[in-house]
Amino acid sequence: MQPPPASAQAIVCHELTKQFGDFRAVDKITLSVAQGEIFGFLGANGAGKTTAMRMLCGLSYPSAGQATVAGFDVYRQQEKIKQNIGYMSQKFSLYENLTILENIEFFGGIYGLSNQQLRAKSEELITTLGLHKEAKKLVGSLPLGWKQKLAFSVAIIHEPKIVFLDEPTGGVDPVTRRQFWDLIYAAADRGITNFVTTHYMDEAEYCNRVSIMVDGRVEALDSPANLKLQYHADSMDEVFYQLARGAQRGE
Amino acid sequence: MRILFFLLRKEFRQIFRDKSILAVIFILPSIQLVIMPQAANYDVKNINLAVVDNDHSSYSRRLIAKVGSSGYFRIVAASPSFKQGLRLVEANTADLVLEIPAGFERNLVREGSQQLSLAVDAINGTRAGLGGAYLTRIIGDFNQAVRLEWQSPAPAAAIDVTSSNWYNPLGEYRFFMVPAILVLLLTMVGGFLTALNIVREKEIGTIEQINVSPIRKWQFILGKLIPFWVLGMVVFTIGLTIARVLYGIIPVGSIPVLYLFAGVYLVALLGFGLLISTYSETQVQAMFVAFFFIMIFILMSGLFTSLDSMPPWARYIAYCSPVTHFIEVVRMIILKGSSLRDVSHQLGYEAIFAVVLNTWAMLNYRKTT
Repeated sequence: MQPPPASAQAIVCHELTKQFGDFRAVDKITLSVAQGEIFGFLGANGAGKTTAMRMLCGLSYPSAGQATVAGFDVYRQQEKIKQNIGYMSQKFSLYENLTILENIEFFGGIYGLSNQQLRAKSEELITTLGLHKEAKKLVGSLPLGWKQKLAFSVAIIHEPKIVFLDEPTGGVDPVTRRQFWDLIYAAADRGITNFVTTHYMDEAEYCNRVSIMVDGRVEALDSPANLKLQYHADSMDEVFYQLARGAQRGE
Repeated sequence: MRILFFLLRKEFRQIFRDKSILAVIFILPSIQLVIMPQAANYDVKNINLAVVDNDHSSYSRRLIAKVGSSGYFRIVAASPSFKQGLRLVEANTADLVLEIPAGFERNLVREGSQQLSLAVDAINGTRAGLGGAYLTRIIGDFNQAVRLEWQSPAPAAAIDVTSSNWYNPLGEYRFFMVPAILVLLLTMVGGFLTALNIVREKEIGTIEQINVSPIRKWQFILGKLIPFWVLGMVVFTIGLTIARVLYGIIPVGSIPVLYLFAGVYLVALLGFGLLISTYSETQVQAMFVAFFFIMIFILMSGLFTSLDSMPPWARYIAYCSPVTHFIEVVRMIILKGSSLRDVSHQLGYEAIFAVVLNTWAMLNYRKTT
């Protein structure tokens, strides 16, 4: 894959670092993600993926290094960043005691969608997810797979430039995971940049490019095909093993 | 504005869906107002009195009968000696021991004076103090009566004090308590619910989804403040209604002023709850911190004890709590009929609390850590 021109970069970060006391959670990571790309952000548990992602989302101040997201600086322009991104956290974070429709209305509403847009979006989302019967049910009563698909759809309800997904398919069955990735592809087709962390190496194969983090550092960054060549491996699984074997941090 | 609307709608939907919150809001206040004023009663009655009569004369018997018929005392024993009387106090069967010395009647008639001794169990200070005072008064009356019998034509000059109670003519305890319990209710509902609410969002993780959105801090804070403010005012109205129906307490002063004050007070208190929630990570933590402060606020507020009898340093602490001013004002407006001008001083204090606490909460709430 050709590196896209600089103007089309959705995320650029240079030696981004996060220090907690004497623990360096994220150690000088440098990477860039093109607009519309599906970027896999891999790493073992505790490698620092979530911390890095939280800095990029404007939820946490970096300790050192530079980064821009959607062209905005992570130190000074977090609120601008927040207008341009969607975020789906590791922990399910829609309101369980609101219905599907109410959640859609709320999150759409706080991103400034008009009533008309809200109505259209709700209809579209419920149709895509096949949730007509459940639209007025409390979100808490849905099975996990549906919750995750709904959370993703709500995270991109305002058509952001970039969506950050933190282990979106954890604990989800293979069929639903497949459907989830269909949603990601659909979003990428509309030009939304997807920044995904995952533990499933089959999912890594779906990404345009992946980075593999070990102990807070980015150890490898390329397309899955190139990485397999470089590490003489048949699958991303093997690539990951080779890199993560040397990890010092456990769970 | 539109964002605020979505925040408020979401909050109200969640509140009305949560049965336990509704119970806290509507049932708890009613129960508290119905039970507390009847149970927490400072009127001192049924004081247990042990009498040691060493005289056994007609005067000593008259005195004992007078004490017994006053309605405040229950004569639990006629002990043969003072020592035995004290033993009754030790055993908690008597609160007071009245000793009438031998030769009481003789001295009274011959020398015109006689001393009595009174021993009081002062563990419960109020009971002891009031009991002692009642008894002194009764003996004084008795003295007066005896004197009249003897010196009928020209009574000696004596100052007799007659007092009348203003604003609470019968000196009834519930008039003093009910308005204060109203404040207590508002404090509990306002302080705890807000503190717990935001921390709950932290625990569940939904606050992350808010923090990553372009919602502004003031919008988020207002979105939490307004719903609980409305609920607080509803609770206040329920409380006032119960006070009126059950206790016949109708505010003498202006109701709009009362509501104005309650409104400002609630903003201050909700700010306090919000502030706690911005410092706490878990609901248990928030609960303990809120409980700690509200406990101090209430114990020092003049709800049970008089502010004027506190040492000066304690009074300064008491004035640093919004609860103190509100209790004072609620009693003033409901019982005395104080006007806005009378309470403007306290209203100013509450406004300062409201601004400081809410600003602090807003500054301490961080979307980026």
